[in-house]
Amino acid sequence: MKNKFLNIVFILVSVAAIRCDHSTDTVTVIKFWGLGNEGEMVVPLIKEFERRNPTIKVEMQQIPWTAAHEKLLTAYAGESTPDVGQLGNTWLPEFSVLNSLEPLDPFARNSSMVDVNDIFPGVLKTNIIDSVLSGIPWYVDTRVVYYRKDILQRAGYDEFPATWSEVLKASETIQRQAKAKNKICYPFFLPTNEWVPAIALGMQFGGNFLKSKNSQGNFSGEQFTKAFTLLDEFYRKQYSPSGMQLITNLYNAFSDGLIAMYITGPWNIGEFTRRIPAHLQNEWMTAPLPTMDSLSPGTSLPLGTSLVIFKNSKHKEAAWKLIEFLTSVEQSIEFYKITGNLPPRQSAWQDSSLASNTYIKAFYRQLQRVDPLPQIPEWEQIVIRLQIYVEYIATGTMTVDQAVKQFDTEVDVMLEKRRWLVEREN
Amino acid sequence: MKLETQHFTQTIMTTSSRTTAAWIFLSPALAVIGIFFVLPVLAAFTLSFTDFDIYALGNWDYIRFVGFQNYIRIVETPLFWKALKNTFYFVLVGGPLSVAVSLGTALMLNSKLAKFKSLYRTIYFLPVVSSLIAVAIIWRYLYHPAHGILNYLLSQIGIAPIDWLGDPDIAMPAIIIMAVWKNFGYNMLIFIAGLQNIPDDLYEAAHLDGASWWQQFKEITIPMLKPTTVFVVMITIIGYFQLFAEPYVMTQGGPLNSTTSIVLLMYEQGFRWWSMGYAAAIAFVLFAIILFFTVIQMVLQRSVRH
Repeated sequence: MKNKFLNIVFILVSVAAIRCDHSTDTVTVIKFWGLGNEGEMVVPLIKEFERRNPTIKVEMQQIPWTAAHEKLLTAYAGESTPDVGQLGNTWLPEFSVLNSLEPLDPFARNSSMVDVNDIFPGVLKTNIIDSVLSGIPWYVDTRVVYYRKDILQRAGYDEFPATWSEVLKASETIQRQAKAKNKICYPFFLPTNEWVPAIALGMQFGGNFLKSKNSQGNFSGEQFTKAFTLLDEFYRKQYSPSGMQLITNLYNAFSDGLIAMYITGPWNIGEFTRRIPAHLQNEWMTAPLPTMDSLSPGTSLPLGTSLVIFKNSKHKEAAWKLIEFLTSVEQSIEFYKITGNLPPRQSAWQDSSLASNTYIKAFYRQLQRVDPLPQIPEWEQIVIRLQIYVEYIATGTMTVDQAVKQFDTEVDVMLEKRRWLVEREN
Repeated sequence: MKLETQHFTQTIMTTSSRTTAAWIFLSPALAVIGIFFVLPVLAAFTLSFTDFDIYALGNWDYIRFVGFQNYIRIVETPLFWKALKNTFYFVLVGGPLSVAVSLGTALMLNSKLAKFKSLYRTIYFLPVVSSLIAVAIIWRYLYHPAHGILNYLLSQIGIAPIDWLGDPDIAMPAIIIMAVWKNFGYNMLIFIAGLQNIPDDLYEAAHLDGASWWQQFKEITIPMLKPTTVFVVMITIIGYFQLFAEPYVMTQGGPLNSTTSIVLLMYEQGFRWWSMGYAAAIAFVLFAIILFFTVIQMVLQRSVRH
């Protein structure tokens, strides 16, 4: 009993002490929510920031990716958003609809450290919502092809094929050569639980995923139907396995030659270096996506995360200082060295640590050609639903035409509110 | 001092002031229930007739009353039926299994031959009191297709590795196994209490008449345990309909939505996509389902008593 009482007194005193600390000291405390692994790895950089800015203290909180989206929305509803937040750049439209993000144009205009013209243009576009700069890219991510050099060489390709029709031809040869040796090979692994290949192909055929001011699905339109048909060809000709059970371990499958090509992101450079056996280390490489038109490389997606200031923040100047610091060329190179995350500033790529990595060249080329996805809050829900339809066509449960039509009806249901809002505005 | 107290007691003993006193004493509890239970439920019920979503969260002008549209949409969504099917699968397979395991262990622990009874009782009860999240994470390790101990043990008797949480046909049984292990201890205790209430002389008389163990179990234990069993089944079914944390931690509803339960679907719609109106409607559909089963069981229970 006495103990409990003492505890309570202690808590009250310490709360009071913290309170005093806030009001009397000149130190500004800002809250920063970081996501997943990056939220942990950024700690040394934060320490450095605090050393350089003794009047600012950063309260760091790490949030796992799987819970981040819910947590941020709930924080908004409960008016407890942090000062600075890390957002997946596909989430920006959603938080912008909520009117919860501070416009950053005035800050960026007067900044000596942030140079928006140095950021990959396609990535910067994802941060501009309705012509308002809403976030500053922190690290970028796009998807390229990882492939087995030796297997493609044997099929007659010293360089990675630049067009999709060449890729199809290469796949045919690879499969034939494997069959001759009585081996199973799926030349191009396109997982049935991923939406990225389908959307990337869709963009290459001209995008237009949605119509009428992004308030109606247009997946059954000409462009996406063509993209889905091409994807379907890989499954029908068994260039890719049509389920997920066959490839239990990607790295083993890649080493065994069960698959020869795979679309994935920058984090796999580290994984491939670690997990592919030593004798095959010289036999894998990265290449930008093949193309559908005359321009090479083909379009890919601008992913990655951005740093934002929430409107509720009372310390916007200090928050901006942290963003300036973390997105600077110097610190993004530092962050690359710690995590392998790619810097959004093009000048950072001249640094020897990036320039010396041969696997990264493909990403640099790819980042020159990325296009933003539709900037609506429902987009995430739409693409996650799309995965089911990739599976439907892969397993032959539906034809391409059935799949795109049914998907459109589902998308229209998701966009019902948006249609109402668009009509209301007219 | 004593006189004053007496006087005070006498005054409040008059009937009308007695009710007032009761209300005063109850009011803190009622206030808490009202604010944290009744109000939210009423709010959620209202919400289920609106299209409260992310747009409405940003601007309250964008809320529309949509009548029964959310409920209609639920019926039209294939994923809802899938989730309903999964939930029934979990309830109808996991529920009886859980009750059977509880009864089995209770019988063993109640047997006169058993030693170290309280030790075993504690061990069996441990999973009930341990945190479900921690337990689910540990079970995810046990179920790991390549490094999990379950597959290692199976490989010792020549069974090929099973992708416990990755195979759409196996994921739900895997979750059921874990849930049964986690929950059987609680019902076991209730069964033990029920078993201890059966008078020994019934067994003694049966024994004298030459009844076998099986006959005693069938003719004495089962009928005498009926009220306990009905209670246990009711509690289990109500609890199992609210399946959420196990798939949320272990599979996120996958693979291929094979472990998406009604509550998980509701959570995703509500907090992931912020379709609060729709999610609230799902909540009331689930409420109706649970209510339906509870009423059936209460009727059963009444018929058992009489």
